[in-house]
Amino acid sequence: MIGINVYLVLIAIATLLSMYRVFRGPTTVDRLVAVDIMTTITAGLMVLFALYYKRMIFLDVALVYAILAFGGVIAFARYMEGGL
Amino acid sequence: MNALTAIGEALVLIGTFFYFLSALGLIRMPDVYNRMQTSTKSATLGSLGVMAGVGIWALGTDFGSAAWLTKSLVIATFLLLTNPISAHALIRAAYKSGIPLWEGSVVDKYREHLEAGKKEEVEAPKETPEEGGEE
Repeated sequence: MIGINVYLVLIAIATLLSMYRVFRGPTTVDRLVAVDIMTTITAGLMVLFALYYKRMIFLDVALVYAILAFGGVIAFARYMEGGL
Repeated sequence: MNALTAIGEALVLIGTFFYFLSALGLIRMPDVYNRMQTSTKSATLGSLGVMAGVGIWALGTDFGSAAWLTKSLVIATFLLLTNPISAHALIRAAYKSGIPLWEGSVVDKYREHLEAGKKEEVEAPKETPEEGGEE
C-alpha cells in the first residue's frame, strides 16, 4: 500500500547517518561499530531487493554476506584487542 | 492486496523504522559504549522485522512460496545469534584498548570485576595458580 520506495528511503537515511559516524568517529572502535551496523542494514537491504526483483537467489546472497560480515567484524575486534 | 501482504508491509515498515532509529542512536549517543548499546539492539530488532516481513509479504504475492519465509527466517535467526557476539567482541576491544568512559557514566562493572579478581589473586595466590583476573 505504501510501496517499497519508502523503505528504501528510510534505509538510505540510516546508511547516511552511519556514514557520518564512519567519517567522523573519534576512535577506531567507533568506526567499527558504525560499519557493523551498516553491514546489518545491508543484509536487510539485500532481502528487500530479493522481493523487489522477485529473485529468491538474493536471499542466499544476503545469508553469505551476513556470515562474511560477522567473520570480518570478529577478526577486526580481535586485532584491536591485540590477539591477532 | 490481501491480508498477508498488508501484514508483511507493516512488519517491513517497523523494521526499517528501527534501522533509522539505530542510525540515529549512532550519532546521538556520547561515547562508544552507549552507541554500541543502542545501535546493536535496535538494528537486530529491525532485521527481525524486515526479514519476517519480507517472508510473509512474499507469501501473499503470486511468485512467492514457503521457501521465501523459511530462508528469511534462517537469515533472521543467524543475525539474532551473531549480532550480540560481534557487539561483545567490539566492546571488549574498546575497553582493552583503553577508550575512556563518558564522564557522566556512574558504574563500571567490568573494572570492578577485574579488581575483585586481582585482589583475590593477591590474597590467595596458591589456590588460583592460573591467571584468573590478569588483564
